[in-house]
Amino acid sequence: MTIMDNRPSTLTPQEQQWVDDFMDETTLFLGPDPEIMRSHSIAERSAHEELAIAAGVDRLQIERIRKRIAGALDEGYEMCEAQGAAPGAKWGDLTTAIYTAAGDVSYLSCHGVIAFSAILHHPIRYIMKYWKDEPTVGIHEGDGFIHNDARYGNVHNTDQSMIMPIMREGQIIAWVAATIHEGENGACEPGGMPSGSETPFDDGLRMSPFKIVERGELRRDLLTFLQHSVRDPKLQLADLKVKITAVRKIMERVDKVIDEVGVDTFVAALRTTVEDVDLEVRRRIKELPDGTYRMDQFMDSTLKENILIKFACKVTVKGDHMTVDLRGTGPEILNRAINSPLCSVKSMMMQAILAFWWPDLPRSTSAMSCIEIISDEGTWADASYDAPMGQSLQASFRGFSAMQALYSRMSFSTPHKYSNVVANWFNQINTFLWGGITQHGDSVGNLCADLNGMPGGAKPFRDGEDAVSPLFCAMADTAEQEVMEEEVPFMQLVSKRLVRDNMGFGKFTGGMGYEMIVASEGTPQWGFMTVTSGAKFSSIYGMYGGYGCGTYPLSMVKGTNVYEHVRQDPSKFDLSIEKVMNERPFEDGRYSTYHMGLQFDIAKDGELYMISQGAGGGYGDPLERDPHAVVRDAELGRVSQKVAQDIFAVVYDPETFRLDVAGTERARAAARAARLERGTPFAQFCEQFVTPEPPKDLLYYGSWGSETSDITATVFTIDGPERVVAPLEELPIVMVPDRREVKIAQLEARIHELESKHGDVAHRKA
Amino acid sequence: MRVPMTEYLVIDLDTERWVCRVCAHDMGDAHDTYKAGALVYDRDPSEIHQPIIDPERYEYTFSPDPNYCRILEYYCPGCATQIEAEYLPPGHPPTIDMLIDVDALRAQWAERGLDAEQVFTYGPGEDAQKYTAELKAAGLVR
Ligand SMILES: [Zn+2]
Repeated sequence: MTIMDNRPSTLTPQEQQWVDDFMDETTLFLGPDPEIMRSHSIAERSAHEELAIAAGVDRLQIERIRKRIAGALDEGYEMCEAQGAAPGAKWGDLTTAIYTAAGDVSYLSCHGVIAFSAILHHPIRYIMKYWKDEPTVGIHEGDGFIHNDARYGNVHNTDQSMIMPIMREGQIIAWVAATIHEGENGACEPGGMPSGSETPFDDGLRMSPFKIVERGELRRDLLTFLQHSVRDPKLQLADLKVKITAVRKIMERVDKVIDEVGVDTFVAALRTTVEDVDLEVRRRIKELPDGTYRMDQFMDSTLKENILIKFACKVTVKGDHMTVDLRGTGPEILNRAINSPLCSVKSMMMQAILAFWWPDLPRSTSAMSCIEIISDEGTWADASYDAPMGQSLQASFRGFSAMQALYSRMSFSTPHKYSNVVANWFNQINTFLWGGITQHGDSVGNLCADLNGMPGGAKPFRDGEDAVSPLFCAMADTAEQEVMEEEVPFMQLVSKRLVRDNMGFGKFTGGMGYEMIVASEGTPQWGFMTVTSGAKFSSIYGMYGGYGCGTYPLSMVKGTNVYEHVRQDPSKFDLSIEKVMNERPFEDGRYSTYHMGLQFDIAKDGELYMISQGAGGGYGDPLERDPHAVVRDAELGRVSQKVAQDIFAVVYDPETFRLDVAGTERARAAARAARLERGTPFAQFCEQFVTPEPPKDLLYYGSWGSETSDITATVFTIDGPERVVAPLEELPIVMVPDRREVKIAQLEARIHELESKHGDVAHRKA
Repeated sequence: MRVPMTEYLVIDLDTERWVCRVCAHDMGDAHDTYKAGALVYDRDPSEIHQPIIDPERYEYTFSPDPNYCRILEYYCPGCATQIEAEYLPPGHPPTIDMLIDVDALRAQWAERGLDAEQVFTYGPGEDAQKYTAELKAAGLVR
């Protein structure tokens, strides 16, 4: 180490200027800027905004401007939905928005993915900081910037944005953008959100914000480069055009507004909306009781192997200030796809805030701006630049669930609520991703709309809804499977059939999920993937005594062509996961189950892949459920008699489905007595239950309890797995060994064991 | 005054105690976690989320793995109502989900000048009021 004794304590302004000039001239790479990326707060008022607002703000006129902008954004949204080539676009997984010159979302389309109101200020701030005055780039009227990489601010890398400035007299006065979940992006697996990425270079297109439309012209050279980098070049072109057209249409209508009201009034209207929401959010936080609210979530998979990794969240409310503290969350895993940049986690917190806390607020960046968020970089919810993040939804959706669950506790006492008290929504995208060559000879990669069939919505007065909508987009559609089947070489042999007992039990139940069974046919190459967790540890929990969802396996029948079986004997076309796996009707098939992280798996004709949607969390004590509702569920086949008895303590005649009122009263009294019998006072319970560290063989990542600032992790050393407990910044890099090598080692050990047991000597060369 | 804090718990501002909304059982110091006043049971999750495919033949069955996941059931010692169900890894310290600043809560309600139980609702919407009223009439919500 070199020690400089006479180092001056500060630089003179002249010296600082020299240093800055030197750094500017010699910067090798303009990566994500931490100053931009760590901040989710709105910009200070610009000089222009200050002047415009000082000139006087007519609230009524501003309201009229807001309405007209909202109309323009909705029209742009509908254009993308109607014309978009991406399956995600057709189902509504997109958004359009208008931004202030600094990049704050002032207004977002009524439909679409609200999470984007907390994300696209990052790339716009980057463009303003690095490209506006860069002689080789610059910003001109008619320019359009494209971007997808979440490291520069995005929900995840499969979403692509088209961002265009609104300019007057050479000045940027606002931005308009359209963002679509495109799916395919050239990642290591088809469909844009690989569960198998092991390095950041497996995550697909790494578009930092760059100009692809110059003064109105789409740059064909850059477009070709993008098309060349993905599996679906037609999609890349078609949706770029759709986004450009939609943004231009929005700008046309906004231009008319500006012409009518003048630039200053328009600028004042955008900024006033942002500031109004900021003020209102502080007022609403003040209505909540002061205190601390905490939720720990545990995720059971790297999507390649089962582990247990924590997502910790502590919310503190004091007056009009709210702090969200994510410390205690498990470390990033440097060769697995589950990591998320902090900005994506924040975007899903925003989804909870604007969709479930305060759905009446304009969708503006300021809805979360004043909430302080504490997190240390290097966790799976605040991943570093070098971490793969192909399936970052694993972490970001936990950000949503934490905020959704904790708000119920924070807001329960408030006399004025802005939304109903609600139990947890399901938070996994249990759907099939797919890719290969279609019956039309096209190369494609994308996913089934069933991701949008998440159940949820149990309330204190009403059951949740089955397969209602994804947590990130209330208006998204589960689409017509039959329409998709015309374009892809597989069928859903079972589509949208509810799985009995697959619900979050409670006084009010959480909505059920359905099963999906797919098999391909008539394609030279095809494969499926699944990308979720929650096969060993439930991914969502219930509320106030209600239970969470169950866990979800991936079941497969390989080595047999089910289409042939069914053609020979149509009576075999009566499928469900339960029936196929338990009865094994296809004699030559190999039956197996896995967790829900399946990397791209080649599907031969007629091989079955079977998964189920999850369930929404239940609300309240199941013993308080109206017994008639339980019998109704039983009669409809939604719950089994065993569940009706075990969970709800309801007795009925299974032939006539008549409730046995007295029998039920007795069963419930007995169930309550049994609780008092087996329950232990909390302090005594903790003494028995709590252990100083996780079970020995469990690969656990995160703080063990809330009382410590240390992180527990299993790292893999030359001597095998080793558990370490240390502050996050002192933890060694966590990389998980290849599961095939682990399995081979286990099998080899078993062979040696059997050989020595039977005295069988084999000579193997090293 | 009693302030509803969850479906099954109020904080009594006069006594500064957690109280069960169902049976008025005392659940402990309102400055501390309500869990301290509850009975707890360590539930095997496969008893709740029961296997749908054969656990003898398959590793993944729709049931959580008891070696990964436990469900801590919290009961009111007075009426045995299940007030919370917490999903935890075996041995993990229970999470203290709510710690309320009771003095601030009292000041907040003094400023409002309202009775917390009288003005309580589950939130906006005609349907919400309708369902809640129906269930109240049937004795199914408080
Ligand atoms: Zn009670």
